[in-house]
Amino acid sequence: VSPSHLVRDRIDSFPTHTVAGYGVRAGRPLPFGATLVPGGVNFSVFSGRASAVSVVLFKQGEKQPLAEIAIPEEFRIGRVWAVTVFGLDYEDLEYGYRVTGPEYPEINDRFDATKVLSDPYAQIMSLRPVWGQPSDPDDAYPHRSRLAFDDFDWEDDAPLRIPSNELVVYETHVRGFTRHPSSGVTNPGTYAGLVEKIPYLQELGINCIELLPIFEFDEFGDSRLNQDTGELLLNYWGYNTVSFFAPKAGYAATGRFGMQGDELKHLVKKLHKAGIEIILDVVFNHTAEGNEMGPSISFRGLDNSTYYMMTPDGYYYNFSGTGNTFNSNNPVVRDFIVSCLRFWASQYHIDGFRFDLAAIMDRDEHGVPLDNPPLLEALAHDPVLRDCKLIAEAWDAGGLYQVGSFPNYRRWSEWNGKYRDTVRRFLKGDEGVLGDFATRMVGSPDLYKHRGARASINFLTCHDGFTLADTVAYNDKHNEANGEDNRDGANDNNSWNSGWEGPTDDPEVNRLRARQIRNGLLLLLTSRGIPMILSGDEVGKTQHGNNNAYCHDTELAWFDWTQTETNADLLRFTSNVVRFRAAHPVLHGAHHPNSIDATDCGHPEISWHGVRAWEPDWSPGSRLLGMMWCGHHIENGSPDYVYVVANTHWEGHDVQLPPLEEGWHWRRFADTSLDSPADACEPGAETPVTNPENYQVGPRSVAVMVGYRDA
Amino acid sequence: MMNLRRRMVGPVAVVSLAGGLDSESAPAVQDKLSKLLQQQPYLLIDFAGVPCVSSAGLRTLLLLYRQAQGLNHQVGVVGMSPEVRNVLDATGFLDFFTVADTVADVVAALDIDAEEALREPVTSGS
Repeated sequence: VSPSHLVRDRIDSFPTHTVAGYGVRAGRPLPFGATLVPGGVNFSVFSGRASAVSVVLFKQGEKQPLAEIAIPEEFRIGRVWAVTVFGLDYEDLEYGYRVTGPEYPEINDRFDATKVLSDPYAQIMSLRPVWGQPSDPDDAYPHRSRLAFDDFDWEDDAPLRIPSNELVVYETHVRGFTRHPSSGVTNPGTYAGLVEKIPYLQELGINCIELLPIFEFDEFGDSRLNQDTGELLLNYWGYNTVSFFAPKAGYAATGRFGMQGDELKHLVKKLHKAGIEIILDVVFNHTAEGNEMGPSISFRGLDNSTYYMMTPDGYYYNFSGTGNTFNSNNPVVRDFIVSCLRFWASQYHIDGFRFDLAAIMDRDEHGVPLDNPPLLEALAHDPVLRDCKLIAEAWDAGGLYQVGSFPNYRRWSEWNGKYRDTVRRFLKGDEGVLGDFATRMVGSPDLYKHRGARASINFLTCHDGFTLADTVAYNDKHNEANGEDNRDGANDNNSWNSGWEGPTDDPEVNRLRARQIRNGLLLLLTSRGIPMILSGDEVGKTQHGNNNAYCHDTELAWFDWTQTETNADLLRFTSNVVRFRAAHPVLHGAHHPNSIDATDCGHPEISWHGVRAWEPDWSPGSRLLGMMWCGHHIENGSPDYVYVVANTHWEGHDVQLPPLEEGWHWRRFADTSLDSPADACEPGAETPVTNPENYQVGPRSVAVMVGYRDA
Repeated sequence: MMNLRRRMVGPVAVVSLAGGLDSESAPAVQDKLSKLLQQQPYLLIDFAGVPCVSSAGLRTLLLLYRQAQGLNHQVGVVGMSPEVRNVLDATGFLDFFTVADTVADVVAALDIDAEEALREPVTSGS
């Protein structure tokens, strides 16, 4: 193609007016935000009730504005203020909006023309380019937006489109994963640092990482000192978004150069090359602007009553528990959220999203739950997002609990809180949970009957709550380090300390804990649904009983890489179990298993057993359940037999193995009562058992058998 | 302001940059280097005199790389400060270039077909 066929100049790439010394012309209302156009930058911002809007320009790092360009009233289209400004150096430029309210304000207006507001669509922010570095207290305009040149070279990167039922999700924190001095990476605590640990993730065998929030937030937002220890407590988790289109600069080694976008994209590209999808934890239920006392950063000063749910007397509804509630079913806000997710899916090649306190997103502007929430429907059917995984944390802080009933359009999955609660109770030996436990193991058909097993994100632990190691070492939370007298954090942990609260030298207790951790992982990874592992659980990470580590940017919360050596046995066990799941399609089927023999292999897809085969004991005092899976290997069509027997009784049992068809026998894949490396084999190298008919299952142990064709 | 000096090391055109490479200086550098790249199958950019590189500067490099790919030419980079190198590494830009510490190292690392390189450039008919 000859270059002469390319459009080089446009006749609208010249100014028509001069404002504050800059050539300008009427802008385009769409897209919103600041966009590079030939010769200049197009600024576009919505405000339903503003009487005047100006673009405030700064040279990067300067305290006072470079210029303030009042957008001429005649440039306004509808309620969108748009102007194209010529002759700007996009790299050195920071900008914001000054918005003046109407002469006669209404009760929910919060205009403040003394503030320079950030652009809701800003693609990068210069708020805090380096993590944990306090900003200049004299800077009157800290929330400045910047332009990004989004021409990243993706080469041949494409979405992996791994069927969701085949995922094994690994939930982690960008900074925490490599910040510990033991990580050994060049740029600890960053996207680039995570790239260096991709081989570890591959070794573990997971194929999807889910990152705690990476939209720009302010770690100093609610920072405070612990009164007892003097320790500075930051917002480490980041569930407090400042800017929804901007990646967190402090998570980038290159944040100082404004290259966080490129660095994050590079991470995504490398993950995809390694066969790993990336899901972002996104927080659309509230913003960092807080309640009546909170700061004016952006939305509040642009159009408070559009973006927030307000009470009739002018206060902020607080269904998020953090001060305000984003008004997500308002058409303007809905459009904002859909655009934002499209942006992340297309510009950053993100494979899916987990929505924090998603139940809020089905409330109307007064907080009333809707039958058919327009936002959730729009996301389910959006053409750009069609291949993205959509995962709801299906509850909120306003008491709406929708696990199993979240408006889903057969598209949404849910964090299955019931899975976590039931399996934890079963593990610690509670009575009367066996039936419920069985339901959780097969993908919770009671909750997701019409949606299949892949609606269920199965997890034992997540960032919020105990780590797995702490679940078996503490009966109660120990959140003193959070400086709130142990009042914060959940009380219903369904945990058991295995006989002693906290660390102990007692070898019996420690052996039991090691077993219980393995029991949990083994059950999680042999359940139908999408398993999610909390980063660190594979090496026995502890937070010393803290079940709410949101404010600790310390070793308490970081991944300690020395544990990959000290707990190498557990890491090996986990990796083998993850691979075992991948090797057995019957374990990760998309649907709920049939209890009739549909494949005609002599066994139903799932059958239940007790100490005697075919005789499950469902009585309240029963703590032993055998689950026999029977499916077919997709490639070779041969039967896929897996037998999981879980015993949470404090005594061992001699368990009859369900007989296999002629010419087949059982081999042992895993038995948590055995020492490493016998606790889990390499998948494909399972061990023959001495007695083909019975197997001795130890106290509080799980064993897994695999069907082999006779030699 | 950015200064460019050019010399030949065997078949390799070595261009030494002096000054900051940012959005102000990048367009001119881009222009000069891409003209040079049309004629030189092996272009080596010496960064020893560049104290800082902004994202626009890095993009100049990437544009050159894409251009070189189209021409089947090669671009090497040398003399980057550890900081600049780290930025290139963290953003993945480094993957695109032949990088080394000294000019001699890069010349050795480039995949040079000496005979081909010493032949007179052929004018393409397309």
